[in-house]
Amino acid sequence: MAAILPYEYKYLRAKKKFPHVWCPGCGIGIVMGSIIRAIDSLGWNKNEIMLVSGIGCTSRMPVYLDFNTLHTMHGRALAFATGVKLANPGLKVIAVMGDGDALAIGGNHIIHAARRNIDITSIIVNNFNYGMTGGQHSPTTPMNAVTATSPHGMIEPGFDTCALLSAAGASFVARATVYHVVEMDGLIRQALEKKGFSVVEALSPCPTNYGRANRLGDAVKMMEEMRDNSVTVTKAAKMTPEELSGKIVRGVLAEREAPEYTDLYRDLCERVQGKAAEVPK
Amino acid sequence: MIPWGETRLVQGNEAIALGALASGIRFFGGYPITPSTEVAEILARRLPETGGVFIQMEDEIASISSVMGASLGGAKAMTATSGPGFSLMQEGLGYGCMAEIPFVVVDVMRAGPSTGLPTQVSQGDVMQARWGTHGDHPVIALCPASVRECFDMTIRAFNLSEEFRTPVLLLSDEVIGHMRERVTFPRREDVRILDRPVPETPVEWYEHYHPAPSNVSPMASYGSGYRFHVTGLTHDRQGFPTRRIDEVDEKMARLKNKIVRRLDELVEVKTHDVEQSRVVIFAYGSVYRSALAAQVMLEKKHKKVGVFRPVTLWPFPDREVKEYLDEKDVVIVPELNQGQLIHEVERLTSDCVRIVPVQRVDGYEITPEEIVGAAMEVM
Ligand SMILES: Cc1ncc(C[n+]2csc(CCOP(=O)(O)OP(=O)(O)O)c2C)c(N)n1
Ligand code: SF4
Repeated sequence: MAAILPYEYKYLRAKKKFPHVWCPGCGIGIVMGSIIRAIDSLGWNKNEIMLVSGIGCTSRMPVYLDFNTLHTMHGRALAFATGVKLANPGLKVIAVMGDGDALAIGGNHIIHAARRNIDITSIIVNNFNYGMTGGQHSPTTPMNAVTATSPHGMIEPGFDTCALLSAAGASFVARATVYHVVEMDGLIRQALEKKGFSVVEALSPCPTNYGRANRLGDAVKMMEEMRDNSVTVTKAAKMTPEELSGKIVRGVLAEREAPEYTDLYRDLCERVQGKAAEVPK
Repeated sequence: MIPWGETRLVQGNEAIALGALASGIRFFGGYPITPSTEVAEILARRLPETGGVFIQMEDEIASISSVMGASLGGAKAMTATSGPGFSLMQEGLGYGCMAEIPFVVVDVMRAGPSTGLPTQVSQGDVMQARWGTHGDHPVIALCPASVRECFDMTIRAFNLSEEFRTPVLLLSDEVIGHMRERVTFPRREDVRILDRPVPETPVEWYEHYHPAPSNVSPMASYGSGYRFHVTGLTHDRQGFPTRRIDEVDEKMARLKNKIVRRLDELVEVKTHDVEQSRVVIFAYGSVYRSALAAQVMLEKKHKKVGVFRPVTLWPFPDREVKEYLDEKDVVIVPELNQGQLIHEVERLTSDCVRIVPVQRVDGYEITPEEIVGAAMEVM
């Protein structure tokens, strides 16, 4: 585990906004730590960072961080983020969302943000359920899992978030877990550095709701499960489909170079203005 | 780009786009829907010429959200929609009021409910504009009745939104939106364009929601060096969530007072021969034009009627309606709905005033003849 280093206090609204709302054992704070360490390692100026979220446990994150912060409506983080980014392309825009936020109510926005390849880094904290509202099923809840709204077992298949967003056109797609925190720091850093739409899906325990409903044990047990049940992309490449079945694959799952939306828009303006200059009205 | 001082044949929706450009719009996020689409199409062509942003979003929820993001990023921003799209924007409108974000929403009203009569006129969204969001807060809505007014009122909507730090609604309708009229544009120097006041306080003292004298505080934008938090949760002066009763009360009172304490600047009505008439027609939007025509037709029959028009629909001109209409014998209220503002008129007038509805919801205009007919019955 990476240590809580003193420099992290530089990034927290420490005096004002703590204690935080998250349950003991929740993984969201670990993702927040990774975001801080990744930003610090890049040496970015706090004034240039725009952190946007939707609604949910995960989406409470911005209030704790001393950046430009915007806590929007359930599902709409990326739509707001798109407006902020286009109005101010110099900002480094990060969206943090829960799995319900990003993929259910916000599902339309995220596939279109990926398709446009707009320069926003999305961090999806996937805890396999709706934490804030008390543990209902989400688009990533696994088959047969028990939640408050699938008390007899989930009968809908879940999304493979990374495959979905890679297919939609994202420039960078990675999966991390809060157990492999150093690895997560690095993946978030890579996502932040990548121009275009980048995604990190961070698997995270919700012991309070998902863990309890499915008798997965306490937070430590849930973290150990992530350790034992996941493999890196490199390792996965050497495994047979049978060996891989049921395993979580961590690491960079897709990376490509593609034109970025705000660049294309700027070019379009220049083209249009060039034309306008040629033909005086 | 703006034909300042010139005379042109212009469509209502086009005049809205031109009004937005005149105001210095920097961002438009929208989704196509009849009868508002021309606003988006014109801005898609024009905004890149000015370096402003046009983006067609994936739906109306995304549109209004992107507009709010852009406004917080410092851009004057607008969206335009109709019927179903306006319904989808309601949560966003409430967010904009709560988070005190300036932007303009144009709703070119068409006949509903549901998909209704997409290419035909109505005034069915008047109450949705007032009460469509959840929770409780005042709103500002303006209602144009001519193409020139589409231009002027778009500018006024931007000015008010910047000045009051709140979304402003422009409630046009299909007839006004698609009508073409000869318009003489004002001269540039005769038009006032307002920009939101920006803070001058040192960064560490900045409060995004300081209850400055007028209840509206100067507003920093993201990326300006002022780092602040915005949320739809009820928040304190700095923008951080709170449930402290004193802070919640202060916030809610301020949202209300910043509007209701400045009614003189917001409320606008037009009256024609109201003082001299015992019978008055209360009309707004495209129906106001029929009301004026009816007034002339009645004059020829030696019947004197007045016309009262609310130009600002919300906040409703309570004082003016009381002052002008409470002593009348009859107030005729033609509306393209099953009765919306008529209830406001009833609320503000005594039982002695006879209120006569003239209503249509079939997608067609109320004709001057229909209003004349109603007047003849009571005169
Ligand atoms: C429009 C709307 N619908 C529903 C809700 C209620 N709601 C709040 S958070 C949430 C789900 C949160 O789950 P997720 O996005 O997975 O985030 P988590 O809390 O697990 O981090 C829901 C349904 C809401 N706030 N707004
Ligand atoms: S409910 Fe779950 S996701 Fe929410 S704070 Fe608690 S543990 Fe975390």
